[in-house]
Amino acid sequence: MKRAILSGNEAIARGAYEAGVKVASAYPGTPSTEILENMVQYPTIDASWAPNEKVALEVGIGASFGGGRALVAMKHVGVNVAADPLFTLSYTGVKGGLVLAVADDPELHSSQNEQDSRNYAKFAKIPMFEPADSQEALTFTRIAFETSEQFDTPVMLRTTTRISHSKSVVSLQEQVSGLPEPSLEKNPAKFVMLPSNARKRHPLVEERLLKMEEWACQQPFNRVEKVGGKIGVITAGVSYQYAREALPDADILKLGLVYPLPKQLIRDFAANYDTLYVIEELDPFIEEQVRAMGIEVKGKEVFSICGELTPGRVEESLSGTPSEYYFSHSEVLPSRPPSMCPGCPHRSVFHSLNRLKAFVTGDIGCYTLGFMEPLAAMDTCICMGASIGNATGLSKLLSAENQRKVVAVIGDSTFLHTGINGLMDMVYNSSASTVVILDNRITAMTGRQENPASGYTLMGADSYRIDLEQLCRAVGVKHVQVVDPYEVEATRKVLKQEMERAEVSVVIARRACMLVKRDPVARKPAFTVDSDRCTGCRACLKLGCPAIEWRASADGKGVAHINGLFCVGCGLCQQVCSFDAMGVPND
Amino acid sequence: MTNQVTNILISGVGGQGILLASEILSEVLMLAGFDVKKNEIHGMSQRGGSVVSHIRYGKKVYSSIIPEGQADVLLGFELLETYRCLPLVRQGGSVLTNNLQIFPPPVTLGKETYPEDIPAKIAAAFPDTTLVDGLRLAAEAGNPRTVNTVLLGALSKRVDIDDTCWQQTLQKMVPKKYLEENIKAFNLGRSL
Repeated sequence: MKRAILSGNEAIARGAYEAGVKVASAYPGTPSTEILENMVQYPTIDASWAPNEKVALEVGIGASFGGGRALVAMKHVGVNVAADPLFTLSYTGVKGGLVLAVADDPELHSSQNEQDSRNYAKFAKIPMFEPADSQEALTFTRIAFETSEQFDTPVMLRTTTRISHSKSVVSLQEQVSGLPEPSLEKNPAKFVMLPSNARKRHPLVEERLLKMEEWACQQPFNRVEKVGGKIGVITAGVSYQYAREALPDADILKLGLVYPLPKQLIRDFAANYDTLYVIEELDPFIEEQVRAMGIEVKGKEVFSICGELTPGRVEESLSGTPSEYYFSHSEVLPSRPPSMCPGCPHRSVFHSLNRLKAFVTGDIGCYTLGFMEPLAAMDTCICMGASIGNATGLSKLLSAENQRKVVAVIGDSTFLHTGINGLMDMVYNSSASTVVILDNRITAMTGRQENPASGYTLMGADSYRIDLEQLCRAVGVKHVQVVDPYEVEATRKVLKQEMERAEVSVVIARRACMLVKRDPVARKPAFTVDSDRCTGCRACLKLGCPAIEWRASADGKGVAHINGLFCVGCGLCQQVCSFDAMGVPND
Repeated sequence: MTNQVTNILISGVGGQGILLASEILSEVLMLAGFDVKKNEIHGMSQRGGSVVSHIRYGKKVYSSIIPEGQADVLLGFELLETYRCLPLVRQGGSVLTNNLQIFPPPVTLGKETYPEDIPAKIAAAFPDTTLVDGLRLAAEAGNPRTVNTVLLGALSKRVDIDDTCWQQTLQKMVPKKYLEENIKAFNLGRSL
């Protein structure tokens, strides 16, 4: 048997391959992104990035209706975007198995909220598996496809950051064979959800859940681990691992299917213990359902509803006292927040918006970091695509003078995800705001994934690169300008001019991300500081470039210093320095 | 029967090559027949933020996160990030740290202060502390960007695994173009 050490995301991709998946679609989102990235190595799968999660799921549904197995992946907030097709897909059911892999982010390592996707399974009335390590991620993916076809239902597979991004040892198996050939089948009673058809499907959905609830009591993925303990624990996912660390002497009912719950199995297990805990991250999802069965459990009154669990947090919650560790700091340490990379093309746009005192409605991407000091030029951030609608709403209330200060800032990928709809509204309803599209040719924040404006696909094929200027003009924007954000003065001039305009205008700041995989941007020689010329004015520090450090000087004001290992030679600091202190040696 | 699990923590700054180092380490441990779990956070933290990678190995590993205060070895790529992670290390644990300062933005902006005398503070609490001059050894190996491999080499002495396992894995995971300098860097670290 072949072994490999895989992350949860890699294991899901492998499981999809082994399950004979034909089509995979996703929009990148941490911590789910690597699922699709790892599909590329399996030539039997057509894997693609969709412009957003709703489209990704619709692509998966089409493939399923054609009889092929399909996997769709997204992060937790992506399900909000895909919720519309998801709920009706629950009624139609599937033809080829369809699995929606969703990665939650307790602790908000890289997200704007910590919503618990398990609620979606209950809400949409579909089953949800939750693996506790990479081996289960692989196995459950395979089982999820069988379950999908057996019960004629879409299936959700939920991970959390610590499952998606943890690596552990798995055994690999061969790909299944003998799956039916895809075909075109007309079946309007199942696939056309008009009221008359949907009304007949709803009872089937309810019956399906009851059948699964019974079936789940006999399946090996829901298992009891007995050590003859006095305490019982019901748990699932990564929390199972922490329960095993913190309570080695407890008996555990480990759930692999977190919805619907195997009620009889839970009743039989619970009957053995005076003390029964439910250990789960985020919402009391299992706990409330167990309570509703009339079983007394301890859950969220012991374990936090916010953030993720860890072995230490579980132990502390159980004992009720903070653990003491050997070493603790006797001083406050400086924080090290993430920042835009050296050479990031977003930097100068925020530098200008800060100087122009703009009120910036922001969006989701690397550029959200523009809210931090010293750039400090982002004032709102809600969800993908929200910047443009937020700007429209704000400008409806403001005086003409204040209207001019409102600028929506959005990345190329986010604009195509759901920003374009906001721009249509802005034109249609005559808003007067300015929209800046930060076009770095890539979906950078999640690790540089391709998008419809990149010019190539996930599988590496060349494709049409959406013409953003034409797209904006087509929805009715009369003033569309393109700037190179490496030209600091020119960029600021155009921004100022368009902010003053009392009509919708779009400024496209175009320059490829420094880290783009295809056509990588060449590093230029590092800049250095002439310390005789540097007056210690700190203008360069306002760029927030990680390559610029501050060193002590004889006059006490300090001087700039450029770390040659980090500097990529973008030249922004040279442009903002009034004393000509930055340069390239021998230049 | 006790299930002995060894906990290695690697910390540093996004972009320093921590993920590759921990990938190689976990691959080596699997090759040596252990159950291995490795955990870190990608995404936001890659952009120059603090990065921490947990590696646990033994006969059977449950949590991929090292229980707080139980790290046996801490390998730090940057002084402040080494110092930051000390509370996670058990009493008597080993600390290996690169002798390098990278100022975080709040320090550069003058809003916060970089702690003084970090190596001495670490050594006072953890007698088994090794200070590694990573950049100098990497330059000696032929490329200043092989600091992560130098540090991995230094760590390899704390992990009782055959040299051939390491060499095999480096050959498998390091791009050919950079293999020679990385092997050199690894051996320089290992001979510390």
